Amino acid sequence: MDLLLAPLLQPMEMVFMQRALAIGVVVAVVCAVLSCFMTLKGWALMGDAVSHAVLPGVVIAYALGLPFALGAFVFGVGSVGVIGTIKQHTRVKEDTVIGLVFTGFFALGLVLISKIRSSVDLTHILFGNLLGITDADLVQTLVISAVCLLVLLLLRRDLLLFCFDPTHARTIGLNTGVLHYLLLTLVSLTAVAGLQTVGIILVVAMLVTPGATAYLLSDRFDRMTWLAVLSAVSATVLGIYASYWFDASTAGCIVVVQTLQFLLVMVLAPRHGLLARRRSP
Amino acid sequence: MARAERHLDHVPAAAGRVPGIAVDNLTVGYNGRPAVVDVSLELSSGSICALVGMNGAGKSTLFKALMGFLKPSSGSIRIAGSGLRQAQRRQLVAYVPQSEQVDWDFPIRVWDVVMMGRYGAMGLLRWPSADDRRQVRRALERVDLWPLRQRQIGALSGGQRKRAFLARALAQGARVLLLDEPLSGVDISTERLIIDLLIELRDQGATVLLATHDLESIPSFCDRVVLINRTVLAYGDTSEVFTQANLLRTFTTPAPAAPNL
Repeated sequence: MDLLLAPLLQPMEMVFMQRALAIGVVVAVVCAVLSCFMTLKGWALMGDAVSHAVLPGVVIAYALGLPFALGAFVFGVGSVGVIGTIKQHTRVKEDTVIGLVFTGFFALGLVLISKIRSSVDLTHILFGNLLGITDADLVQTLVISAVCLLVLLLLRRDLLLFCFDPTHARTIGLNTGVLHYLLLTLVSLTAVAGLQTVGIILVVAMLVTPGATAYLLSDRFDRMTWLAVLSAVSATVLGIYASYWFDASTAGCIVVVQTLQFLLVMVLAPRHGLLARRRSP
Repeated sequence: MARAERHLDHVPAAAGRVPGIAVDNLTVGYNGRPAVVDVSLELSSGSICALVGMNGAGKSTLFKALMGFLKPSSGSIRIAGSGLRQAQRRQLVAYVPQSEQVDWDFPIRVWDVVMMGRYGAMGLLRWPSADDRRQVRRALERVDLWPLRQRQIGALSGGQRKRAFLARALAQGARVLLLDEPLSGVDISTERLIIDLLIELRDQGATVLLATHDLESIPSFCDRVVLINRTVLAYGDTSEVFTQANLLRTFTTPAPAAPNL
């Protein structure tokens, strides 16, 4: 028995592993819930854009000693505003504008990191630093996660309606503009939370993959949400262990596990999997 | 009422009644290019009106304007006597979308779709009350979908899908119904059910505006017809307006060139 459990328990004797696991699971839960809305709304590219565009905001907030969330909010939502403005006033197509704006913001962030002298470590922001998370980061991440999760749970019905049928939402008097920006704000904030675990480059995986995996497994939103959470949490735990056992990148391990989960489900899902589809075309 | 009567030369006035939909000199379009020009319509409550025109004639633009998605560059829209936004907040307007606009893979059950009709009347957290549930049940029973309420919406047939969205409008209890191609791709029995339902709603005082390509069925249940091609070509009682000559005009007239703004 000891022989079996030892590889699981032994890493947990270290405080940094306990913290990594705890914070990783919290972030996984928030990202998973949000990822359901992202998948259904078709906002993967938008999620990618926003999560990259928050970089300069995070760097500036760090330099000024402000909460990361504030900088992320300003630049995350701001980037979408810029995308909208350019799209409206030029003939350039939306996906081009999105690609152009988020890389521009991201590049600006890189420049800022290299010029602002601080203890900000570029690689930590880009690739996450789950095993070396500081107390201050821990608190911020927990607060952001808690707030986002609360908003997502309380307003899930409105957000779901907004994803499913914005026309109806508007027709019954809901403010779809507010819902649109609320969802974008949640993406910006969650990107900051996700930054701690997998870094800014891979955070979009946390915002898309669990939702996509769960989408293939269920035709009911509440179940889909639970499955997304289950998938994200298990991938995070497995990923953290894998990174410990193999001494490999934590962020990389988490996202690889997530992707493998998706591929597995894509083939084996009972109703929407490739095998099931082949059996009953 | 003076304002109302100005456009009533060809419509018998419903004395003392506020029109369900009143569109006055409406011009609306995209990025400054008008797609419908100078449209005036007045649909009295308790009437069914068909909106007929070619693809690209401005039917969906008019619908978008009636739902507040496009801001008119000139003219006005009144719903049951109030401004659009206010009417929407009072749950007066319901929209039944074209099938092509719906994501049928969405993980949502028939029951949940119909319940969304009640959201506007609920509190901020959208917790359904016993009354909300009752209304949803009644709406589902009225369109014969009660036994299928637990189905994922994509698991319904074409006709059942239409009925599910109609049930949502019923559950909402709206006085003004906008329907985009409600009869396209449905079987005979669903067509009968939908038409009977619209007639019933009309008799209860609802204003129904439907965009339709199904010309044959129009005389059997539509009181009025609007023929449009970027502007209103003809509008009035079905018996007077729905003529071979007018239809020919609607489906052959080239659209007037868009003024470049």
